[in-house]
Amino acid sequence: MSDAGFVIAAYGVILGGLAAYALLLGRRLRRARERARDDER
Amino acid sequence: MATRILGWAAVAAVAAATGFGLFVVPPDANQGDAQRIMYPHVASAWLGYLSFAVTAVGGLLWLVRRDLRFDAAAHAGAEIGVMFTAFAIWGGMMWGRPVWGVFWQWEDPRLTTTALLLALYVGYLLVRRLTDDPLRRATRAAVVGLVAAVDIPIVHFSVIWWRGLHQPPTFLAPDRVFDPPAPGQFVAALVGMLVAFTLAWAYLMVRRYELARLEQRREEEVRRERVAAVRGEALAR
Repeated sequence: MSDAGFVIAAYGVILGGLAAYALLLGRRLRRARERARDDER
Repeated sequence: MATRILGWAAVAAVAAATGFGLFVVPPDANQGDAQRIMYPHVASAWLGYLSFAVTAVGGLLWLVRRDLRFDAAAHAGAEIGVMFTAFAIWGGMMWGRPVWGVFWQWEDPRLTTTALLLALYVGYLLVRRLTDDPLRRATRAAVVGLVAAVDIPIVHFSVIWWRGLHQPPTFLAPDRVFDPPAPGQFVAALVGMLVAFTLAWAYLMVRRYELARLEQRREEEVRRERVAAVRGEALAR
């Protein structure tokens, strides 16, 4: 693999992982808020 | 609203820092393009340290004050720290193969102590799953978090204390903070990525803390319902 391949692999996994975690966290948070709202009713 | 602004600022900053690091800064004379991996690698490693420091301080404050908000902060720090430490290891491996010739070397103290750090905080997250009792869980996790934090300075100073493949600290060495041994553009790219990733870290920490607090409240609600059900059954008998 060329240097560029390693650079793409590094940035792809790090930035992709960061984005995936942020999206997953947003979904978990939305569900938790909905549950909290249901509990209040 | 402020958290949302922080999130979008982080997205813009990470995009700008990535663009600068990949397309504006020239390749390194010796390391070529592989050197560009250093920017997210170093930023991830720094945020791994910072996250685990939050976990240690949060755990200590829980032990002293007995306030579950500190446990929520500690939990958030551990989960996000595991992610950033995994990123640092991945980035280091992708840089190591073209520059050192190997992805990994167990004899290197920095690499091995960092792998240990990751394992310790994965263990921290597993310990949290061992009990349903939030108070007992917070206490056990605080102890594990404090013991695990001992590895943070060992990771950082391992490159000074022992010989290995990994080079000594370039920017966080006490005598080099104001006189970094790298061209200005490289320093700007690294500092830019540090700032951008720190913004993203702050956004994720706020969100993860909020989730941890909602989970704690939900647990408390379920516990109250169970106690009420048991009392109801006892009265019916």
